[in-house]
Amino acid sequence: MSDELAPELSDGVANGLAELAAGLRAQGSRVGMGELLTAYKALEAVDCTSREDAKLALRAVLCSDRGDLAKFEFAFLAVYGSGAPLGHSPFDELEGLEREVLPHAGFQANAGAPPPSQDAELDPVPAAWSDVELLGHKDFANYTEAEIAIARVMIARLARRGPTRLSRRTRPDRRRGHTPDLRLMVRASLRTAGEPIERHWRAPSRRPRPVVLVCDVSGSMTPYARMLLQYMHASVAARRRVEAFAFGTRLTRITNELGGRDHDRALERATEAVVDFSGGTRIGDALATLNREHGRRVGRGAVLVILSDGWDRGDPEELGLEMARLRRSAHRLVWLNPLAAHPEFAPLTRGMRAAIPHTDELLAGNSLASLEQLAVILEEI
Amino acid sequence: MEAATEALASQGYLADRPLALAVQLAVVLEQPLLLEGEAGVGKTEVARALAAATGARLIRLQCHEGIDVHHAVYDWDYPRQLLALRAAEGGADQGELFSRRFLLRRPLLDALEADADQPVVLLIDEIDRADDEFEAFLLEFLADFAVTIPELGTITAARPPTVFLTSNRTRELHDALKRRCLYHWIDYPSAELEREIVRTRVPGVPESIANRVVTAVSRLREHGDLYKLPGVGETIVWARALLQLGDDADLEETLGVALKVHEDVERVIARGVLDGV
Repeated sequence: MSDELAPELSDGVANGLAELAAGLRAQGSRVGMGELLTAYKALEAVDCTSREDAKLALRAVLCSDRGDLAKFEFAFLAVYGSGAPLGHSPFDELEGLEREVLPHAGFQANAGAPPPSQDAELDPVPAAWSDVELLGHKDFANYTEAEIAIARVMIARLARRGPTRLSRRTRPDRRRGHTPDLRLMVRASLRTAGEPIERHWRAPSRRPRPVVLVCDVSGSMTPYARMLLQYMHASVAARRRVEAFAFGTRLTRITNELGGRDHDRALERATEAVVDFSGGTRIGDALATLNREHGRRVGRGAVLVILSDGWDRGDPEELGLEMARLRRSAHRLVWLNPLAAHPEFAPLTRGMRAAIPHTDELLAGNSLASLEQLAVILEEI
Repeated sequence: MEAATEALASQGYLADRPLALAVQLAVVLEQPLLLEGEAGVGKTEVARALAAATGARLIRLQCHEGIDVHHAVYDWDYPRQLLALRAAEGGADQGELFSRRFLLRRPLLDALEADADQPVVLLIDEIDRADDEFEAFLLEFLADFAVTIPELGTITAARPPTVFLTSNRTRELHDALKRRCLYHWIDYPSAELEREIVRTRVPGVPESIANRVVTAVSRLREHGDLYKLPGVGETIVWARALLQLGDDADLEETLGVALKVHEDVERVIARGVLDGV
């Protein structure tokens, strides 16, 4: 197999492939050996003397996501320049040696990062249940570092609980139902001389219902955003079909950043991705982006959870319109407002007043107890 | 490359250069091509056009929530099996019962069992609607174009079909599946290409109508404040509508052809987006 896969590569384009792949990996794309080999084959298949054709061919092979396209442009420019003659490459001195080495090793995108520290596994565990009980109603804003560490375990546990819905996919069920399981009945009747005596039934199974979490990370939410991002990370890691967004003045999708088991690195990545951390708030604008660019993720029966205190510097009328649209496309709309924990809370901010008519549930989300309330509500949906 | 452009054009599908190249590669490298793009940019049409142009048989698998192997590959005809069992009064043996007589073939099995001299274009439509389990199965299927039916054995394709997958991005596809495929994002066509598309798809359309419709549609897309943007399909229908109504028909009155969200229609009229078109 390797014979036909290793064509005589004498031209400059193929020589840059290893570098191009490295450039893509450095930006977080996953480019493995398979893609690289296909890329060589693709260059064979097109007219390599045309810069444009070679580029398009490589793009089709090496990209697997719309977000990869920009990374590819960048890496391609870096390796092959802007159409000018090829410059000096650090790989030149190796005289193609790197290609001989390539098939033996694949690198993870994060190969350059330091290995996780030894104590990464040692999550602090509450010393006694009383610790957790004490934390139950305590406001996130008043947490000490130690309490944050304890709460993290609890939050991870809460994040596993989420909404489900009935699927069209069925599975065998003991109870007598509406759909006979003919597959099992045919098998069973083979044992009884063709007489279908044993009855078997199928029932619809339950699937996770999509959840979209949208967290306000503006200045006024800073004390809570830290813990709520923990909750978002734990949800993305623990359940399928969870999407995470953060917004201040603009909306950023952070689902991919929050993925992975190492929560410190996940939160770091997410914080990096959000350019307007601890800045101002324009909720209406953020929800408008959600409606327009990610409308398909919100529709189709998703539960939408917005975590924000409703302090909004944008236009309340726009916020109202966008909330109405969200309400119509989402299955349920839950709003978590840390201010609502106060016994005398009344939705006085302009933003909150515009938003409340369109929410199904309003919770505080300022403590472990209220996150548990959220988990209960999600399970009942 | 020109071959792909011409093949698609012969069926009235005008592809830009990047798309034609991606299709060409999918055919030459025998790798599946994953097409993504906004609704109505012609993702599904690519497969149809290629099949028609190359004389291949188009086999389409429409994915839906809860799709499984028994919808996609094969199933047994249980009612007939039960009847056969009763008729044989217990004399039927298992091998008889699970033979091809009682096999129901679904699209993926059809694609595998096509004759060696009959090329096949396999279209797996809206893969994002299926669930993770089905995606995992598909990954295996696309790797070696073979399925195993326990009672019958492994069935391998005599010649691997050309495979297109489309996704609407309602959810992220699994990395492994994406990496098995070539990838192309279909953008809205340039105004020039879209005029050409209107002329091709609506024979006899006057230049003035093609111009008006394409200008109107590109203004709507540039407006940036709409929930749902009109696709190429809408442009074509709009041109047809104007052809019926006459060139002087009011665009705002026929806006329902292009925009399907009430707020969008109101916004466009209130802000006079189409004024002067």
